[in-house]
Amino acid sequence: MAALTKKPAGTPAGKPTRAPGRTSRWLRRNLVVLAGLATLGYLILPNAVVTVFSFNKPNGRFNYEWQRFSTDAWTDPCGVADLCGSLSLSLEIAFWSTVGATVLGTMIAFALARYRFRARSSVSTLLFLPMAMPEVVMAASLATLFLNMGVTFGFWTVLIAHIMFCLSFVVTAVKARVMSMDPRLEQAAQDLYATPLQTFLRVTLPIAAPGIAAGALLAFALSFDDFIITNFNAGSTVTFPMFVWGAAQRGTPVQINVIGTAMFGIAVLCVLVGQLVGGRRKRS
Amino acid sequence: MTTTAPTGTPSSDSSGTDVRLTGISKRYGAFTAVHPLDLAVPGGSFFALLGASGCGKTTTLRMIAGLEDPSTGTVRLGGKDVTGLPPYKRPVNTVFQSYALFPHLDIYENVAFGLRRRGVKSVKKQVGDMLDLVQLGDFARRKPQQLSGGQQQRVAVARALINHPQVLLLDEPLGALDLKLRRQMQLELKRIQTEVGITFVHVTHDQEEAMTMADTVAVMNGGRVEQMGAPADLYDTPRTTFVANFLGTSNLITADVLDTSGDDIVLRAADSKLALPAHRCTATARTGEKLIVGIRPEKITLTHADDAGTIPDGRNRVRGRITEAGFTGVSTQYLVDGPVGTGLSVYEQNIERDGRLVPGADVVLHWNPGHSFGLDAAQSIEAGTDAGEGT
Repeated sequence: MAALTKKPAGTPAGKPTRAPGRTSRWLRRNLVVLAGLATLGYLILPNAVVTVFSFNKPNGRFNYEWQRFSTDAWTDPCGVADLCGSLSLSLEIAFWSTVGATVLGTMIAFALARYRFRARSSVSTLLFLPMAMPEVVMAASLATLFLNMGVTFGFWTVLIAHIMFCLSFVVTAVKARVMSMDPRLEQAAQDLYATPLQTFLRVTLPIAAPGIAAGALLAFALSFDDFIITNFNAGSTVTFPMFVWGAAQRGTPVQINVIGTAMFGIAVLCVLVGQLVGGRRKRS
Repeated sequence: MTTTAPTGTPSSDSSGTDVRLTGISKRYGAFTAVHPLDLAVPGGSFFALLGASGCGKTTTLRMIAGLEDPSTGTVRLGGKDVTGLPPYKRPVNTVFQSYALFPHLDIYENVAFGLRRRGVKSVKKQVGDMLDLVQLGDFARRKPQQLSGGQQQRVAVARALINHPQVLLLDEPLGALDLKLRRQMQLELKRIQTEVGITFVHVTHDQEEAMTMADTVAVMNGGRVEQMGAPADLYDTPRTTFVANFLGTSNLITADVLDTSGDDIVLRAADSKLALPAHRCTATARTGEKLIVGIRPEKITLTHADDAGTIPDGRNRVRGRITEAGFTGVSTQYLVDGPVGTGLSVYEQNIERDGRLVPGADVVLHWNPGHSFGLDAAQSIEAGTDAGEGT
């Protein structure tokens, strides 16, 4: 582009308007691509920085300045005290909240999409609240609730809190899918000798599966990196986001970048595999 | 459950009836979708429930399938009362409107669904045979959304037929197809029905489709069966104005009864004297009262008023003036206004066209009295037409 804008200076004075016209035409033709690339860069840059600094060997405790290349942190990801413990705890909580929220959320979504009952609209509104409410408010009120009930803060309080806020997202994802499902498919299954249970397992569930999977993935991601609600309700338990936060006060070990990069890499890999499988299925 | 061999005779009760509905009705709150009706579908026949949308035909079909619980009455299949049975225990299968193929299963698994649920062993061979019957053998591993509308329709038929149901229910199965494909599928369905010998109950709003395919047609209107019979009988001797107008087109003329003593009822409409064979009149004719005389547009001959003298004696004649002439290739469709009524419809074959028959020309409409039919004058003359929709 720089080369193109320079051109008018070099062209004879007789036709000065040609080159700017060409530039604007080129711009117009490629604007979408340029905007797309800029957005991609905007999204990828922070991840790229995290990845690059996972290979850094910092002087001192803070990993903010590039010193020299090293794979020390990658060969010893658990080298920092409590890091891997908090990571496995976070994974464990994320797993169980995903299971809990997905099972409950799917059932709620079916109830809301399929049946007309008295509290239906209030349940819908109630489910929307955790998404709309500022997280810090919800965190504080949950903590107050647990305190008043005399519950010991720890794994279980965090799990209950996570299932609660993941539920809304699962319900939203599954409900959209169930609503768009043709009720005649289930009638057709029944007409073809499938009992209600078989109909659910063979027809309803497989068709709703993409919605359920989307809800579950969302729940996992939300639970895994939740900080605010967890921080209020964890007591002495330390999850991975809490560990990162705590560590950042005293210095940032390179291992945090390693874990971050690894998570990012796994997520990208999942998406790629998903697209590959999906693409092949479509083509065949 | 009794299944029928592809070429065998269908199982039925002693009277040869496969489906018998007795006093069956369906109410949704204050709205009555189907008034108590009795219906007997002969075994092995192609039976059509014909009516405009909202007439209760689909509800009736769904009550046979078990997808809708009747408010009153019983459903018997081959002599067995199935009123209380859920759909998955009834020996019937349905071809749904818009097919309802399972999008997550391929064609093979869609067709095999019913067999697998019943734990049938020889799935592979049966599915292969069935896909061949509907000429989709090469598409077994495709997903439904990769097929065209006509192909999906055939899969839906195969998925239902493979179970050898006692009765196959078809809920407007051709509604989503374009006209040409629809004609093709009508013949195809008729061929399959003849081949497998299973009773078909077909719901449609397309009167031409019902007449082409069915052995027996039941015309429904407002949750009631208006008339039931062979297509030709319904067309030639409709018993109500609704049937006369809904099944094809009819010219209905209100006339005064002059004489009922002979074989022919003699009537007068405006200045015309009309004859109507007494056996072709379903209403009771009393001298001095009114009667509706019906005549189909293709049974009428148009003669220019100048040649009125050439019309043979003994034919019903009505004067009029052409208001519109539409050329359709095979025939020309005229609209004629006259003293007996406006908008009389006449179809003339384009064999020897009279150049004088153009809009504005005075003509005489005449027909063989034996082709007319008589109806009770107490009904709306517009029932079943576009203008009389909902009456």
